[in-house]
Amino acid sequence: MSSEQQAVLYDAQGPRARRRTLIGTVVAVLALLGLAYVVYRRLDEQGQFSMEEWGPLIDPGNEAFDAVWRLIGEGIVNTLKAAALAMVLSIVLGTLIAVARLSLGRIGRIPLIGLIEIFRGLPVVVLVFIGVRVLPDVGVDLSGLPGGQVLWGLVIGLTVYNMVIFAEIVRAGVASLPRGQREAALATGLTNWQTMRIVLLPQAFRTMLPAIISQLIVVLKDTSLVTFIANYDELLSQGESIQRNLGNPIQTFTVLALLYIAINYCLGRLAQYIERRQARAGRSTPEPAETAGLAPGAAPVGGGA
Amino acid sequence: MSPVFDNIDQFVDGFLTSLEIILWALAGALPLGVLIAACRVSPIPPLRAFGTFWVTTFRNTPLTVVLFFCAFGFPELGINRSFFFFGVLGLVLYTSAFVCEAVRSGINSVPAGQAEAARSIGLNFTQGLRYVVLPQALRTVVPPLGSVLIAMMKNSAVVGAFGVGGDLWSTGASLTSAQGYPTFPVYVGGVAVGYLIITLTAGALLQLLERKVAIAR
Repeated sequence: MSSEQQAVLYDAQGPRARRRTLIGTVVAVLALLGLAYVVYRRLDEQGQFSMEEWGPLIDPGNEAFDAVWRLIGEGIVNTLKAAALAMVLSIVLGTLIAVARLSLGRIGRIPLIGLIEIFRGLPVVVLVFIGVRVLPDVGVDLSGLPGGQVLWGLVIGLTVYNMVIFAEIVRAGVASLPRGQREAALATGLTNWQTMRIVLLPQAFRTMLPAIISQLIVVLKDTSLVTFIANYDELLSQGESIQRNLGNPIQTFTVLALLYIAINYCLGRLAQYIERRQARAGRSTPEPAETAGLAPGAAPVGGGA
Repeated sequence: MSPVFDNIDQFVDGFLTSLEIILWALAGALPLGVLIAACRVSPIPPLRAFGTFWVTTFRNTPLTVVLFFCAFGFPELGINRSFFFFGVLGLVLYTSAFVCEAVRSGINSVPAGQAEAARSIGLNFTQGLRYVVLPQALRTVVPPLGSVLIAMMKNSAVVGAFGVGGDLWSTGASLTSAQGYPTFPVYVGGVAVGYLIITLTAGALLQLLERKVAIAR
């Protein structure tokens, strides 16, 4: 990646440019170190490196250590549970919407596009609120489902938001396939629906796999929004109650951020890896590469927190 | 819907406060994101590393965690500002990573031959960037940057949910919890509609802009 972008902007450097880069490097390193030092001093002055603050999080001998990490572990499980449910539901519903949109006529498409625009234009946190708090108020009782009201409210909120994004991803994936695929499938006598199911969707999913994984990152992050709305012990809520009890917000949120980053970074790398492998295998034509840059680029970002 | 019309002035106030959050966040996130993008494409390795670190950190952390960090972490360090300030700061930090990536992908989308041609007619790095690469990159940047910014507008609701008073979200919260209005009309008819006005308008403007600057490549 980085060598590629360098090639766009500058040539291999000559002696003078190398010297300039060296000077720039020294200056930048000094400036960054200076910045780091200022931050470090500030943290140190306020006693943020003391074991009193860090102990419960990193010292297995600390009396609170076990309880803290049990809470965090539960939080991770709950976060993953909500994200996985929302993910599966939104892939299924999103695919249905995409297929409906592709197979309906021009008129029939309009309400569907309206629906997509509306759900895409709403903040996820509003949709999660509607799922968790408004649905029970209007008589939709989800508390009978395994996992309880809040989990399913959260899942519904996340699903409604993400299914329309998936619909767009799948649509872009189908649209990026060569036209011959569909024409050949129809010519062999498959019906429209069979063409979609047997020929187009499987290929679309393969090209769209990186985008789907990127969207999973968004869903994972968005599960934390429920903290503001109701009690569901996902990772952030757990961290919030830990720091409320221990009074060490900086340390707790640092650990939380690192956990989120670790999970999401791995997912992001996985998406990149698959994308590259597909590019190498020549499965993606230049056109999907373009959509892969736009639709998924737009989609994860179009996601929320 | 009457809870909405009865309290329409509160909703208008909330709407304006939301816009205020959005404008401040725009004013912060755009320049910061471009600056980080400049770091990420610069010839100086430590700056590139710093840019990568920044993007990896803020793109993979939920906005909620960034907000918690700003609002609970900074006071621990003796930095005390209003909740509004911390809310906007969190949104700016978070969004800057996405702005950076949008800008960078735009720069990368300019074919290498363009920059090579610029160099071969004798333009230096800055000139090549200024006259050849950036003007083209800008056009490719518009759609992804637009969706980043629209996402930011939606994320302003998270800042509101976080406890910055007076915006659309908080208006809904105070009407339902403190004044006992039913949630359905307030959130579906009021809060949701308010955000839709913002995002759909922004989306329409973005499309106009896209049509204006779009070039096929």
